[in-house]
Amino acid sequence: MSHATHTQGGSHGAHDSHDSHGGEVHPLVGHLVPVSLLVGTGLTLLVLTIITVVVRYIDLGEFNIHIAIGIAVIKASLVVLFFMHLRWDRPFNLLMFVACVLLVVLMMSFTVMDSKQYEHLEFKGNPPTVQTTLERAAPGAPVARFTQYAP
Amino acid sequence: MRPSGRKGRVDVSTLPANASAHEHGDGAGGKGHDAGHDHAHPPFLAHHFESPAQQFDSAKLGMWLFLATEVLFFGGLFVAYAVLRNRFPEVFSYASHYLDTIMGGINTAVLILSSLTMALAVRYAQTGKKTAMLVCLWLTFGGAVGFMVIKYFEYEHKIHAHLVWGSTFYTPPHDAAGRAEAEALKQPLQPAPAIVITDPTVPALPMLAVTPPVDQPAIKPATQAPSGLASTAAIAKAEGLQTGESTVGDHPSLHLEDKTMPANTHLFFAIYYAMTGLHGVHVVIGGGMLLWLIWRGMRGDFGPQYFTPVDIGGLYWHVVDLVWIFLFPLFYLIH
Amino acid sequence: MTAINANNDSVLDHTASTDNYLTHTRGFLSWALTLDHKRIGVMYLIGVLTSFLGGGIFAILLRTELLTPGPTITANPTTYNIWFTLHGAIMVFLVIIPSIPAALGNFVLPIMLGAKDVAFPRLNLFSFWLWVIGACCAIVSLLVGQFDTGWTFYVPYSTTTELGGVVPVVVGVFILGFSSIFTGMNFVVTIHKLRPPGMTWFRMPLFLWALYATALMQVLATPVLAITVLLLIVERTVGIGIFDPSLGGDPVLFQHFFWFYSHPAVYIMIVPAMGIVSELFAVHSHRHIFGYRFIAYSSVAIALFSFLVWGHHMFLSGQSPLLNTLFSAISFSVAIPSAVKVFNWTATLYKGSISLTTPMFYALAFLILFTIGGLTGLHLATLNTDVHLHDTYFVVAHFHYVMMGSAIIGMIGGLHHWWPKMTGRMYSENLGRIACVIVFIGFNITFFTQFMLGSQGMPRRYYDYQPEYQIYHVISTMGSYVMAVGFMLTAYTLLQSLWSGERAPANPWGGRSLEWQCASPPPHDNFPVQPRVGDCYDFSCLRWSEEENGYIVDRSMDPELNANAPKRAEGAR
Repeated sequence: MSHATHTQGGSHGAHDSHDSHGGEVHPLVGHLVPVSLLVGTGLTLLVLTIITVVVRYIDLGEFNIHIAIGIAVIKASLVVLFFMHLRWDRPFNLLMFVACVLLVVLMMSFTVMDSKQYEHLEFKGNPPTVQTTLERAAPGAPVARFTQYAP
Repeated sequence: MRPSGRKGRVDVSTLPANASAHEHGDGAGGKGHDAGHDHAHPPFLAHHFESPAQQFDSAKLGMWLFLATEVLFFGGLFVAYAVLRNRFPEVFSYASHYLDTIMGGINTAVLILSSLTMALAVRYAQTGKKTAMLVCLWLTFGGAVGFMVIKYFEYEHKIHAHLVWGSTFYTPPHDAAGRAEAEALKQPLQPAPAIVITDPTVPALPMLAVTPPVDQPAIKPATQAPSGLASTAAIAKAEGLQTGESTVGDHPSLHLEDKTMPANTHLFFAIYYAMTGLHGVHVVIGGGMLLWLIWRGMRGDFGPQYFTPVDIGGLYWHVVDLVWIFLFPLFYLIH
Repeated sequence: MTAINANNDSVLDHTASTDNYLTHTRGFLSWALTLDHKRIGVMYLIGVLTSFLGGGIFAILLRTELLTPGPTITANPTTYNIWFTLHGAIMVFLVIIPSIPAALGNFVLPIMLGAKDVAFPRLNLFSFWLWVIGACCAIVSLLVGQFDTGWTFYVPYSTTTELGGVVPVVVGVFILGFSSIFTGMNFVVTIHKLRPPGMTWFRMPLFLWALYATALMQVLATPVLAITVLLLIVERTVGIGIFDPSLGGDPVLFQHFFWFYSHPAVYIMIVPAMGIVSELFAVHSHRHIFGYRFIAYSSVAIALFSFLVWGHHMFLSGQSPLLNTLFSAISFSVAIPSAVKVFNWTATLYKGSISLTTPMFYALAFLILFTIGGLTGLHLATLNTDVHLHDTYFVVAHFHYVMMGSAIIGMIGGLHHWWPKMTGRMYSENLGRIACVIVFIGFNITFFTQFMLGSQGMPRRYYDYQPEYQIYHVISTMGSYVMAVGFMLTAYTLLQSLWSGERAPANPWGGRSLEWQCASPPPHDNFPVQPRVGDCYDFSCLRWSEEENGYIVDRSMDPELNANAPKRAEGAR
């Protein structure tokens, strides 16, 4: 336990810290991330953003969404691991984060699965309130095509 | 006992010292903490914690639990998004044309850079570089402000054009310019007949009729179909348009005049405003938090001994960035 | 305040000051702005019990209305709907969910753990004031138009009803959700980080394991409630259209959102009560809990499984057959950890030296009522019987057996168990036991009848009914009056002890967990000296002390305490 006699949590703690980062003060608790790593992560994120915007304009059919989400997951992992420090943090914190993501995935998958089961029954035209609004406020508006109901 | 009000420091009592067995368990009672001990009790260390490391770990764990709740909070909206997009893929393909990908990309870059400056601010707090830390915190705050400014312009344009949620989406804009343009293109009112099903393969539904005027010349469909509507394929064919392409073009405010707009398009905007709006609220809260950190930083509260608020404030800010990293492709990068 | 007497026993030193957490400071602000977890627990307790009274009044009103078909005490069916809605909403959100974790847990957890406070005392105080604000929102909703949507707030009725109380109460629910989340966060961090030396995970009392599992559920499930009510508010005020079919939305989506939280919520309600009952059985039968690890693991298993079964509330809502089947199958598995606990408790009683104290009465009542409630849950988890039983009184009876007959009974049993510790007073055992028996009898008359009502087809939430159901309703209502008398007697018993109960010793029941090693009531900082952590279910070294009028630990009988010879400084208080 350090025997520093400071009274403020300010930057007077230099005399009881050991520099192992080229003359830098070391914090009392926690872990120091090198600046180069942080900047590198930031630049990687920017590059990935540019890539994902460019890919949006290339037609890859159904893979577009998968690539976009995939790149988003990579970006999110970089933020979580390096900016948010989870790479060097307690495993339980990572477990909590993963658990909550899994719960969202669970909720999403069951709900979408349920929704898909009855999509063949859905009417795909204008819902009633929309139709009445259109007729009243924008008569003759050609909007809102719908497909025929096909059992 | 009144709490002292500084975050991280709690004067719970002046009763006998904490009896951590290896430290001062031997009759060291009675006088309070700061006098007569052979080691200083850091002022930021709350009395119910044994050591700064325990306090720091606890703060981190507590913050990660809170971030888990934030992820689940937004997660619900992601579930709603997934359900809606699954049901109405054409709506999402179409309506995403109304969002400016470049603006969204700039916003993403702004948030990423602000995340970087936030992480750097934490690092500078850890190494005691007060000025650099404050500069980074101000830059992060600037990022928050910039994000909200861009978002304001995005929203303002859309709301002006009635590209909003609910049935308001289907009422034309009320301002003079919008009205004038809508008037110029408006069709004469056709009396809507009783619901007629012209296609025998369609079961009788108390809903809308469909008439495919495939043999008609390319004139405005409102004068043709009984209820003013016609099938997408027929119109597209009649107008020579590629199905699925938006005719938004130069008049994005006139979505009501767009013949290829699918039904339920308002739901896209409903979920768009819900998610980006809630995210915006979190950015504003984050901005307030950053100002508070800057104020405390200027007071000299942070350094290598104690930087926890900067650290956990940074975690909150990174989650805000994280949510946007997913919102961006889901709204702005739909092909 | 412990010292060693001539017999090498540790006893409480009564010559020291009688300053305790109640008398430590005085004045309204010293309570309103307190950071002491014990005081916060007491404030929660008062709030929760007051809300219980309010919810109970609505219950009596609605049961009285059901004495006859058609109008009985009110001619307006909407008024009846408001009564059952308020009964449900108050009981779920203001009473049962906070009762054990926030009221009892806040008081007991740090002491039982051996810590000086929870990890975030100010967050704890903030949690309490959020609870108060949530309660105020509920009161406001009563004044601005009430609401009759049922506590489940299903759309489209909740978004279209003209009764204006929906938005205020749902705002209140949002705020209460955050109160619950912050309590959960506090408990998880406290148990992870503030355990003293010697208190490993598997030396923690089972009540702490239960609180830990509950806290995990609170943190992970409640945010989904928050987004659900937020979307409900937006849908109702602004017409966003996500749940509204006339705007293309999906009302079943609301139910998915709602039950994703509300199913873990019912486990948030029951798991802490199970934790209490583990303590009650062990202490009041003076026998080591049977299957400690099984019970500990089952608490966490229930917490995990609880997230997988929400759709069993939606079997008849239009949910697809695929999901119906999945949820039904998984719901069967969630019964297993609960059954594990019931078997372990029964095994704990076997060959125990059972003291039929009031807490033990409540624990036995819990055992019986939870078994019935849990087993009838299986009737409802089975798809084909649920088609018949859904939205009938069978469901009402099932959830009252588990929520009222188990969670509340467990809570009151815990209240009686820790009452001497919290208040420093002993209540009259005779009155306490009589009150428990009256409540138990009244409860069964009320709700067992409702199983019969439900299986014969009486729908729930109905103001009017066919005359052939009347006899059951009359019996059920009579039972509810008996229960009300029982609760009033319970309240009288506890309040009377405050005035004329005898002073409580530190350890009136003979418990080994750490809270029984500090005075009753505890001093402000819980333990002046770090207590030693032993096996909290080893009762072999306790003996009754006449001068203490309670149990004390005989150090010479405890091998573990003697093996680590205590390093006590001379003159330590």
